[in-house]
Amino acid sequence: MKFKRKLIAAAAALALTAGAAHAQISGNVVKIGILNDQSSLYADLSGQGSVVAAKMAVEDFKAANKGFTTPVEVIFADHQNKADVGSQIANKWYDSEGVDVIVDTPNSGVALAVNQITKDKGKAFLNSGAATSDLTGKACSPNTIHWTYDTWMLANGTGKAIVKTGGDSWFFVTADYAFGHALERDTEAVVLKNGGKVLGKVRAPINTQDFSSFLLQAQASKAKIIGLANAGGDTVNSIKQASEFGIVKGGQNLAGLLVFLTDVHGLGLEKAQGLIFTETFYWDLNDQTRAFTKRFAAANGGKYPTMVQAGVYSAVTHYLKAVSALNGDDGTKVIAKMKEMPTDDPLFGKGIVRADGRKIHPAYLVEVKKPSESKGPYDYYKIRATIPAEEAFRPMADGDCPLVAKK
Amino acid sequence: MTEIFGVPTQALFGQLLIGLINGSFYALLSLGLAVIFGLLNIINFSHGAQYMMGAFCAYFLANRLGLGYWWALILVPLIIGAFGVVIERLMISRLYKFDHLYGLLLTFGLALIIQGLFRNEFGSAGLPYSMPEQLTGGRNLGFMFLPNYRAWVIIASLVVCLGTWFVIERTKLGSYLRAATENPTMVQAFGVNVPRMITLTYGFGVALAGLAGVFAAPIYQVSPQMGADLIIVVFAVVVIGGMGSILGSVITGFSLGVIEGLTKVFYPEASNTVIFVIMAIVLMIRPQGLFGQR
Repeated sequence: MKFKRKLIAAAAALALTAGAAHAQISGNVVKIGILNDQSSLYADLSGQGSVVAAKMAVEDFKAANKGFTTPVEVIFADHQNKADVGSQIANKWYDSEGVDVIVDTPNSGVALAVNQITKDKGKAFLNSGAATSDLTGKACSPNTIHWTYDTWMLANGTGKAIVKTGGDSWFFVTADYAFGHALERDTEAVVLKNGGKVLGKVRAPINTQDFSSFLLQAQASKAKIIGLANAGGDTVNSIKQASEFGIVKGGQNLAGLLVFLTDVHGLGLEKAQGLIFTETFYWDLNDQTRAFTKRFAAANGGKYPTMVQAGVYSAVTHYLKAVSALNGDDGTKVIAKMKEMPTDDPLFGKGIVRADGRKIHPAYLVEVKKPSESKGPYDYYKIRATIPAEEAFRPMADGDCPLVAKK
Repeated sequence: MTEIFGVPTQALFGQLLIGLINGSFYALLSLGLAVIFGLLNIINFSHGAQYMMGAFCAYFLANRLGLGYWWALILVPLIIGAFGVVIERLMISRLYKFDHLYGLLLTFGLALIIQGLFRNEFGSAGLPYSMPEQLTGGRNLGFMFLPNYRAWVIIASLVVCLGTWFVIERTKLGSYLRAATENPTMVQAFGVNVPRMITLTYGFGVALAGLAGVFAAPIYQVSPQMGADLIIVVFAVVVIGGMGSILGSVITGFSLGVIEGLTKVFYPEASNTVIFVIMAIVLMIRPQGLFGQR
């Protein structure tokens, strides 16, 4: 009897330890799902480039940590900029395909939906592509880290610089969904705070081909600055058409509040020159970013990385470090571990993840070069100012994030 | 300043003009669709992809061969039209004996493949295409600044639309065509090569899409999905105008452009749905479309 009891206890102990070695990595594989726009206006700034970046992160992490033998798999899907499509994929990935973490997800509308699903299911969400500062504000979650940039940071960087140099009356052309609204709201706050005023705004549907009606309204407002609270193809079309309607010649200036490297590439320097905006990554910052870009471009059909794609690399790297430290991939625990460990990677340098899920790093106020100043494709930016990490993002106390106790 | 419903009249006139400009694109594209449907009974879903190819083709002529906009206006319709002829001979001609649905599926599939290939090769952010020197700048009309290029697009597309209508409705060639759609066997008996005529008509419709692509290249992004975004609206235009009615598609194209322009002033949020609302209403009241006969 006594012997039998011992035997059971021993067997149980054995089962427990055997389990401990593996059971914490669900399905014995770390599965990373890149959920973004693969086919439409945000496909160049995220899309396949983000998949390439994630795969590079996995490769580099494995090469540096030979002891980490757990297989890591990267899969991807197209959310078509529709919140319902994105939710459906997220649910399917989490419930039946064993995905542990969803990465990237531009389009704030889709990102907010995936944020909620991830929280409900206790998984992990590393957002690089979406802009809304609500992800670390009122919608913040213990399962989400907002990695690369947000609307508050863009507004603070670009808005402040423009108001200070005399651009004190604004008219907004805003993309009519969660992202545009957040960007307009955050920029308006910065403009007002710095003594400027907002003369009007117009909401344009996402993926609009023709902005001339909206630009005419902006022109009629006589505002000094036309703030483009939109992104990707929408920004490119509005800038292209603004030049056609003689808006800049008429004395008004454009402020692209969210412009990516790929947008400048699509516009050409002739049309994009002189634009001022804020980025958190540029390929030509230092030797490490240049080395990364060379490898990235070779794997991405010659296209250089945007800050969103660089952010995917950085986020996946830090995620794998946390998984390896924990020897587990439980979403909530990994995110907690990621907040606890300082971040360090070749693209963004050293940084931290705050309790509200905000990743902190410096931001750069850049100006697009004149065609005569550029040495060739992708040599596009002059860095006008570096905004230190502590100032670049919204102070945690101002975000109304329920995770953070109010002081 | 005088106002109408709280909107300054100046702004209103500006928007009307812009509506006309957009309408000229709708008209040009829906014209091609109407010609192809009206005469060949094919629902050409690859029209948007062909329009996109036209814009890309202009880009290549400029960047690889150094041939500017004016060359593109002549060469691109020929190249894209020839592409259409090849597609018609190789694939579409095999489907005439089946239901419309097969043609629709084939052309839709083709559009997806073509767009996918272009996206894979050139990305989605688009490529820059500059405006011809002669048409840059613009004039101040008092109530708005009208870029010369946009004025040119309205005039050119009106000329093309009316020219096409004239050829099909008022010339001998057009009457052959119309007869061939009514009764191909009879027309063939008179010694007219009907299959060749059909092939060329498809090529012509596709060439119109290519031409619209050249018109669009300097204003919009030259990007793989430029046609996919537009084609749905254009189909709505064709449905409202009446499938296959040539004059109907032209008039509807221009007037819907204007309606859309006005929506952008009074309720911008609805500007990309207003056309579909109108389509729904027209289908309820007059299912054959405003100018349709069947």
